[in-house]
Amino acid sequence: MTKPLDPDTYYDPASVAGKAPPVSDETDILIVGAGPAGLAAALAAAGHGLRVTLVDENPLPLETMGEEVPLHFGGRMGAAVANRNSVLQTLLDARPQIAEALDAGVDVRLGTAVWGLFPQQRTTAWIEGSIAGLADEDKASLLRFRQVIVAAGRRDMGLAFDGWHHPGVMGVSAAHRLATVYDALECKRAVLLGSDTQALVSAHALIAKGVQIVAIVEQADRVSADPALLDLLVAQGAQVLSGHVIGEARADARGVQGITAVAIDGAGRPLPGVATEIECDTVLLGVAAIAAIELVEAAGCRTSFQAGRGGHVPDIDRAQRSSLPFILVAGDCAGTWTAKSLDDAIARHEGRVAAHTALAALGVVTPPPEPAPLPDGPVFDVAAIRAAWVRASTVHARNEPYVCLCEEVTASEIIGQQPPRYLQWTPADAAVQSAMTSSLPNPDVTKRLTRACMGPCQGRRCREQVATLLGISAGLSVDGIALASFRPPVRPLSMRQLGQVEETPQMFGHWDAWFDMPSQWTPFWLCTGQQTVARRPTGTTHTPPVEG
Amino acid sequence: MIVVGAGVTGLSAAWWLARDGVDVLVLEAGLIGWGASGRNGGGCSHHHSPLFVEEQRLWPLMDELLGYPTEYRPDRISIDLTEHQVSIDEKVVDEAAWYGLRVDRLDPQQVRDVVPIAGDNVLAGYYYHFGGHANPHRTLQAYAWALKNLGGRLLEHSPVLSIERQGNRVTGVRTAQGLISCDQLVIAAGPHTGELAAQLGVEIPLVTARAEMIVTEPLPLLEVGGVDGNGLYGRQTLRGNLAYGGGPHEWVDLRDVSRNRAQSTPLQCNIARRLAELFPKVAHKRVIRSWAGFIENTPDGRPVIDRPAALDNVTVATMSGVGFGLSPASGHAIRDLVVDGRCSFADISSFSLSRFAALEADWQNIQGWLPLPSPGV
Repeated sequence: MTKPLDPDTYYDPASVAGKAPPVSDETDILIVGAGPAGLAAALAAAGHGLRVTLVDENPLPLETMGEEVPLHFGGRMGAAVANRNSVLQTLLDARPQIAEALDAGVDVRLGTAVWGLFPQQRTTAWIEGSIAGLADEDKASLLRFRQVIVAAGRRDMGLAFDGWHHPGVMGVSAAHRLATVYDALECKRAVLLGSDTQALVSAHALIAKGVQIVAIVEQADRVSADPALLDLLVAQGAQVLSGHVIGEARADARGVQGITAVAIDGAGRPLPGVATEIECDTVLLGVAAIAAIELVEAAGCRTSFQAGRGGHVPDIDRAQRSSLPFILVAGDCAGTWTAKSLDDAIARHEGRVAAHTALAALGVVTPPPEPAPLPDGPVFDVAAIRAAWVRASTVHARNEPYVCLCEEVTASEIIGQQPPRYLQWTPADAAVQSAMTSSLPNPDVTKRLTRACMGPCQGRRCREQVATLLGISAGLSVDGIALASFRPPVRPLSMRQLGQVEETPQMFGHWDAWFDMPSQWTPFWLCTGQQTVARRPTGTTHTPPVEG
Repeated sequence: MIVVGAGVTGLSAAWWLARDGVDVLVLEAGLIGWGASGRNGGGCSHHHSPLFVEEQRLWPLMDELLGYPTEYRPDRISIDLTEHQVSIDEKVVDEAAWYGLRVDRLDPQQVRDVVPIAGDNVLAGYYYHFGGHANPHRTLQAYAWALKNLGGRLLEHSPVLSIERQGNRVTGVRTAQGLISCDQLVIAAGPHTGELAAQLGVEIPLVTARAEMIVTEPLPLLEVGGVDGNGLYGRQTLRGNLAYGGGPHEWVDLRDVSRNRAQSTPLQCNIARRLAELFPKVAHKRVIRSWAGFIENTPDGRPVIDRPAALDNVTVATMSGVGFGLSPASGHAIRDLVVDGRCSFADISSFSLSRFAALEADWQNIQGWLPLPSPGV
């Protein structure tokens, strides 16, 4: 796994050498996410004499849900969410395979989030082996693993319109999770925004939980999803408004009371006078299912925009291996397409293949499963669809809604790369303003300049919109816009909680604010002009941290 | 005039030159400030440096000079939780006295009065009536936009493939777009400064390291945002986030710098704990991201700003890991070297390459600045 440091080599004592992060536990195969793919992987990996650990962040801390992490819950968590034990029971009832996994000897840890994957690699060589950062409701720790299967699922693309900041505007997957995993969704009458198959599947499941889907609003001139599914929803009373977007959501203190759907022309502009008022308490954002790739991307796995898989996904081979061979990906975080949304057998199949790959890498030979099915059926122009939504809903919104709700940044501020409003900066003249354009837009630059995507929800609600806006303004397809980087911790954690992973004695014994090089901080008037030669620190006490 | 490297040092130099009416082109291999210039604590307080007086003179003027906001704010506070930390600040007090600068010693209650999020564990505090902090990203872009407004040009995604020379003169720089000729060349390419200079036979001893920082959710604004302590450096941004770093660095192989994004590691846990100790009243606030950066270092940690003697028209610059805050002054010094042949406002002889004439060939091994063994994935 790791070569010990050569005792005959001298390593800078102020560096990370010999201070490896303290690991509290080890496993052979770590599986992140106890959905269909993760559970199938756990059951396939169990029983071969290896340690298999399955973690799932549900039940989530209420505070995390309130931060719209990991999904856009829109404040629609019912009171039951606060009772962790009852939620745990609901979760176990909803997913009987969790109990099977326990019986099969899997180390199942619910209410445990993985906030980072840290492989020992060149430039992070001080880590011993591969490490996952874990966090439950109030603790944090490090777990060493040999193979990891990431089955972290999906989230919903955000889409700004006037009033989308109100409680009651939420992701359709968030609603689905609250209704099915927590049995705690506060929603009676909902409007579904978007109509791809994944959105319709989720909406259909919500009907079974007592939600009335009163309307489906789709910017395209027709619904292209599975027709049988659409018929079911229509039969249950859903009005279909194609060629429409939401012009405004009205709300009182408790949240959404209704929406105005406006008809749009071919360029996404509102058609004057063609508006439909609909009463509802919830708007379900279902314009695009986004693979939850934050863990794998932040760990350094290569990703690419694949329309057939719904957008940016990790590059994987037929064995579900990412570009880092010990990181495997299965389920919706490997991408979604129509057939996969309709039947979770594909996700389960991916999970089993990933388990086989992980076992084989650890020397356990099992009968090779067929490779999981690849995307098939109609390939939608995901980039063009996102651009159409953002143009019609956000760019043409009347009152400049915030695209980034955490940092309060509008579409025009994102396109114009404007400094944030708290600086109260106005350009001295037109030349000063006109220099602030970029021919090659990059979302990471936009983050730095406008602060869009930089808030506590970690860009979950706005990052696809920001990329789409940059594409629209530069006349480029969204798939040509770089993916903004993800950063650990991929779940917001308090300083106190993250700090529970303690400094080792070696770390504590030699901690310096900056490189611990006395000569670097020698005042210039004491530099006598002598030649520089190599030196090692002298004396027993290290040089103190230099502040500033 | 070509400047290689669109970090703070290269951009500031280009901006200073453009202010003189020089026709400047900046070539950047990646994006503006993608190296250490965009990955630092934003401090503007380097009293050890011969550039300090000019740094302090310029920062309060930078927004106006550049025409864009840098988020500069004056003053620094240091909070000590241990006697050891106090002893370090006392050294800084002595050095400030050399300049006649004001430092107020604060008792624990005074510290809590000015930094209400500090706790009962404070031993002592120091209010430095000099220095300050600014936003690195905003400053970088301000240099770039100001350069553009003066007629300077900047090409991103344009790595230098080779440097053309005739005798002792550099005649141009080759990129994928072709050969660009120049009268003068400035190399300020961060970790890559050494390998570019080596193409010209100029040896600049450098080793690169990785360091990391964390960022919290926004908090109510402190009176003074530049608060260090407990082994950490950093600042509260004007948005309210705490951005702090510190702790051990990792020496890396330069070849890996181009291949890998700088990754943060579980060190973020240790930084978070120290920050919670420094500001216990906000220990419940969330860390929302971390990041890492690559920083080049000279053997003594001091900058190089010099014109190699063997070449007529080349200037090399690396700030050795302490470049952001000094950038208004380092750009001025580079401009002076390029245009006038000498720095007009400070004695920068301690930045000369000649100080390495007696450096051992294996200095990197002697100092132990070595990448650690890794599985080589």
